[in-house]
Amino acid sequence: MYILIAGGGKVGTNLTRSLLREGHEVTLIEQRPYRFEKLEAEFEHQVIRGDATEIFILERAGIKRPPDLLVAATGDDEDNIIIGQIAREKYGVGNVIARINDPRNQPYFDLLGVSPTVSATGAIMGLIEHEVPEHGLIHLLELRKENLEIVELTVDENAKAKGRRVGALKLPEGARIISVVRNGSAEIPDEDTQLEAGDQVLAILEPGKEDELRRVLIKD
Amino acid sequence: MIGSGRVGSTVALQLQLSGWDVTVLDENEDSLGRLGDSWPGGFLVGHGMDLALLREAGIEEADAVVVTTDGDNTNLVIAQAAQKQFEVPTVVVRVLDPARAQFYAARGLRIVCPTAAAIETLVGVVRQAETV
Repeated sequence: MYILIAGGGKVGTNLTRSLLREGHEVTLIEQRPYRFEKLEAEFEHQVIRGDATEIFILERAGIKRPPDLLVAATGDDEDNIIIGQIAREKYGVGNVIARINDPRNQPYFDLLGVSPTVSATGAIMGLIEHEVPEHGLIHLLELRKENLEIVELTVDENAKAKGRRVGALKLPEGARIISVVRNGSAEIPDEDTQLEAGDQVLAILEPGKEDELRRVLIKD
Repeated sequence: MIGSGRVGSTVALQLQLSGWDVTVLDENEDSLGRLGDSWPGGFLVGHGMDLALLREAGIEEADAVVVTTDGDNTNLVIAQAAQKQFEVPTVVVRVLDPARAQFYAARGLRIVCPTAAAIETLVGVVRQAETV
């Protein structure tokens, strides 16, 4: 694959190194002179110096070919959004991945169609939630385009859903229980499946309805 | 008004004088000074990408948004959000880089590019001298 990476910070540099090792063709763009010199010593002609939000720099880096993939990995969210938009809409780059530095900027990436996105903060928060589930609900997967997500809840001794049939639960509109994991084995529940303490319940629902689901299954 | 530098603050003052109800948003508290000693409009300190702050500034009811922070990309992102998310009827944005200005203008943003204007004027003046 031919891959263009904007931003030679820690993320962009390590990504470049890994992708080159896998045999891909990579061009890295870095603006800061000091940083560029270090990168040039390692990557030689595979790194070019300039502002990756400047159209002529992107063209010098080969965006017209176009690349199979562009990664907007600078430390500035606005820059990553603009790079992603220009790549996709002006040059028809099919695959764009953008780094989010401040998770509060996620709505801008969504609104302007720059996706998928990767956020270190978001990823670590996800792990914290998984390791230390403070709210009894873990986000497993987000299907952003489809506006759906999959979450996991554990039915404990005091849970409202304990001892109740799946069919008798008043789930939020559009929510479905897709799997019940009991003693390590998963089954697809039907209306008559009775939930027991210790069950891990996987549910699919629209983002934002987690609280409603938790009220129905765990407690008010 | 998002961004209250030389351009933003002067635009704010002029619009305020002609009867507009103007709220100014800037990252730097000191930029309030550019609006004179008795600025009667609103003034909020913070980043123009802060959605809660934009709402607090009244972007949902705004008739017009002018974006003139010192970052082209920041301006382009905020202007697109004002147009698409908040459906502000009139959005105008300053972009210094002519190439990005041209690309986004073609996509329906109302853009002012001082660099392109300067180039045009400079070239025009010299060409006129040629014909004299």
